[in-house]
Amino acid sequence: MFLKRYLIPRLIQYVLVIVLGITAVFFIPRLLPNDPVLRTIAEMRARGAYLEPGAMDKIISDLQQMYGLEGSLWDQYLAFWGRLFRGDLGVSFFQFPTPVIDLIMTALPWTAGLLLTTTILGWVIGNLIGGFAGYYSNKQWSRVLDAIAMVVRPLPYYIFAFALLLIFAYYLRWFPISGGARLGMRPSWSWPFIQSVLWHSFLPAMSILILSAAVWFQTMKLVVQNVNAESFVTYAKLSGVKEGRIVSRYVIRNALLPQITGLGLSLGLIFSGALITEIVYSYPGLGTLLYNAIINGDYNLIMGITVFSILAITTSVLIVDLIYPLFDPRIRYM
Amino acid sequence: MKLFRDLLRDYRFAFAFGVLCILVAFALLSFFSPYDPSRWGQVPRDLRPSAQHWLGTDSNGQDIFWTATFAVRNSLIIAVIAGVVSRIIAVIVGMVAGYKGGTWDRVLMFFSDSLLVIPLFLIIVMMAMLIRASLNLVTLGLLLAFFGWAWDARLIRSQILSLREREFTQTAILSGASTFKLVINEYMPYTTPLIFSTLINNMAWAIGLEITLAILGLLDLATPTLGTMLYWAINYQAILLGRWWWVMTPITLSVALFIALYWLSVSISEYLDPRTRVQRVGAG
Amino acid sequence: MKNNTILRTERLHAHYILDVYGKAKVIKAVNDVDLAIQEDEIYGIAGESGCGKSTLLKALAAAVEPPLRIISGRVTYRIAGAEVDVSTLTQEEKRKLRMEYIAYVPQGSMSVLNPVSRIRDTYRDFIESHISVHQKGEAFALAKEHLTELGLPVKILDAYPHQLSGGMRQRVTIALATLLKPRIIIGDEPTTALDVVVQRGVVQLLKDVQAKLKNTIVLVTHDMGVHANIADRIGIMYAGKIVEEAPTEKIFSAPTHPYTHYLINSLPKFGDKSPRESVPGSPPSLANLPTGCPFHPRCPHVMDICKQEMPGYTQVASNHKVACWLVGEGTHGKAA
Repeated sequence: MFLKRYLIPRLIQYVLVIVLGITAVFFIPRLLPNDPVLRTIAEMRARGAYLEPGAMDKIISDLQQMYGLEGSLWDQYLAFWGRLFRGDLGVSFFQFPTPVIDLIMTALPWTAGLLLTTTILGWVIGNLIGGFAGYYSNKQWSRVLDAIAMVVRPLPYYIFAFALLLIFAYYLRWFPISGGARLGMRPSWSWPFIQSVLWHSFLPAMSILILSAAVWFQTMKLVVQNVNAESFVTYAKLSGVKEGRIVSRYVIRNALLPQITGLGLSLGLIFSGALITEIVYSYPGLGTLLYNAIINGDYNLIMGITVFSILAITTSVLIVDLIYPLFDPRIRYM
Repeated sequence: MKLFRDLLRDYRFAFAFGVLCILVAFALLSFFSPYDPSRWGQVPRDLRPSAQHWLGTDSNGQDIFWTATFAVRNSLIIAVIAGVVSRIIAVIVGMVAGYKGGTWDRVLMFFSDSLLVIPLFLIIVMMAMLIRASLNLVTLGLLLAFFGWAWDARLIRSQILSLREREFTQTAILSGASTFKLVINEYMPYTTPLIFSTLINNMAWAIGLEITLAILGLLDLATPTLGTMLYWAINYQAILLGRWWWVMTPITLSVALFIALYWLSVSISEYLDPRTRVQRVGAG
Repeated sequence: MKNNTILRTERLHAHYILDVYGKAKVIKAVNDVDLAIQEDEIYGIAGESGCGKSTLLKALAAAVEPPLRIISGRVTYRIAGAEVDVSTLTQEEKRKLRMEYIAYVPQGSMSVLNPVSRIRDTYRDFIESHISVHQKGEAFALAKEHLTELGLPVKILDAYPHQLSGGMRQRVTIALATLLKPRIIIGDEPTTALDVVVQRGVVQLLKDVQAKLKNTIVLVTHDMGVHANIADRIGIMYAGKIVEEAPTEKIFSAPTHPYTHYLINSLPKFGDKSPRESVPGSPPSLANLPTGCPFHPRCPHVMDICKQEMPGYTQVASNHKVACWLVGEGTHGKAA
């Protein structure tokens, strides 16, 4: 029952979403009226590159090969998947001939270190505070926190990042305005380097941490208030079960269930709003890589980042779905 | 009207409604602007706020106050187009999925689930890059609308599912009402408030995405929007150079707009159902 | 005469005070209720949904939390021979009384037991909150013993709530409520949502438990059939008031209040094929009670005075009181 009604549908959905997403990535540039090859040449010219008329055909065919535009649409589609399975996302155009996958892998540790950590930490902190605020929702401090969350919550990541940057880096000068570590430092596991990384990533981390904690705080508070009204909580209270037990084993444990599902989706949100935070702070992760790719019109790189993020998000959602039954016996023993 | 009076007693709604009215009035001022928003160099550059230029001027030689009126107007136009069009898609998908059920439901919900998981932002960036030349207020609004319906279609579907169980559906079917009539006469009144509250959320989402795309330089940068104003401010290093008035204007305006829209939607959905607020994770 | 009253309310008024967008809204759920529930008695409280019986139950269980407030009157327990006003108890004192002195049986709905815990863990939470357990497994042994005593299968301890049938969940709640041999058990619609056969089993279990413990059960349900089956005395509740109170037999043989008539006539009778009469109209909103007797808009015998003044209680027999102008103007207030 568990296999058939829970696991298999999710695995099918996982595969289908990846196929759908990657197919979309493949077809979008091909169905839109603009020819990426001609557009790239136009952009090279616009940047002042001198292109010899005689070499034009060669450039065009090179570009076509690079973009995987040879042969019929179907051939291109199959070749696209074939390369994907070999982990080949093509080469970057503006850092020719570095493979896109290498650029992503260089930027990934920075992004994982900043965004993954803060997203998960934000989840933990938000749920913890939200849980207590929901249980003690009549208390003054709970209302104050609620009011703060009401103001912070709707702000987009970069607006909030800007606000922090203006106050702490520009006005108070407590933190550096940009970068991932001090210029000229080589990445290593030495203490000065780690220290510099932490110091540089403090503001970007705080801006993501506070925002995501605010989101989880609000949802958790609401869920807890609803769980609090459930009959099993009333029953436990009317049976004199100790308050500590009611909070931890009855209220928080049940309220966490929808939050666990939410965590999967929020890991996906890393690839939307949170990436922009990196741009605001010129932090050398995937967001900044994406920004440079857009500035330079490096279409392969953008496609590569998109394909990579589709895989990363769907996989993280799947992992959360697979973990979920451990927390909910109703799924485990269907 | 009673609904509106009840809502006004909620301080959040009253505040948000007031702020929104002010912002709309501000946007309407753009029709009286003495400057052409698409032309640069009309005023001296980089002036501090003064009696002549209330919010100063920028490095493009534009008056920030009047540019901002256009920016709010254009951002709102994009948001309204995106919101209204995606509402139409969401309503159709949600109602068909909820009412028809079966294969229709599975296929439509697969698509909307996929849209929730796939990194839409990057897909939109890819598309925006390719059609950058033809990206104006309307096409951007439509592009966002095309991607922004999934979550709300789900909400509408689940409401239709619960309405379908109610008695009047059976009565209407037995008395031979057509599906179309049933949906319009019986379901619409119940779903309208939900559609309205999701509209507000969606508008906030669209404005957020517009600003993001602009910061990435993917929009027509000669058209003032909240996003393009920020783009130019960043581009000219306004923070480093101490031109705070230039950065503060679009930031303050968008903060006010986001908070107002959010409070509006929270107070409305809490009024409709005190137990569940419509939640949408993140705004951009 | 020996005082056998274990649970008493005196002119109890309990209202919900809600703040609806800046306007205070008062829901008068319990209005002027006097109860004197005896030891070794099953007392039934009957009435339609929305008549305030669940609120009365909360007051009886000393579980009044905002927005519900006791406006006036009091609830007293007799603990070890002494009458104790529950409003004078501290939170911790009240917590200790629960299960040990006064236990609660909820409606056995899907969500009455913690859905993420095995029944065993629920037992442990309940036991360890009241008895200091020194050894691991002591709570478990106690739970096993107790279930066997009540004739319930021990293997349900390993189950999760969603794996049990509705009837079994209800039995588990009754078993939990009787675990520490409380003097009072309060049941909130414990038979609702069960089918008739299962219902009979649950009623029997309650009766058995009461016969064994010789304690008091206060049973709230809208189902007059269940009351007929189990209760010794019944109070009929309407719009937050007890409108008639008598031993079960008298309620059914000589109902006096027109509302009681309706409640009894709505029961199916063996061999009677005439259509069942239900109460016309719907119960009044507790936020907006009619003047005078709250039943007057639905009453077939309505008189002018009913619309203006609430009647007091009339003692129609030694232990039968009723509040209705048809019977007499009564003496408002305390019933003997």
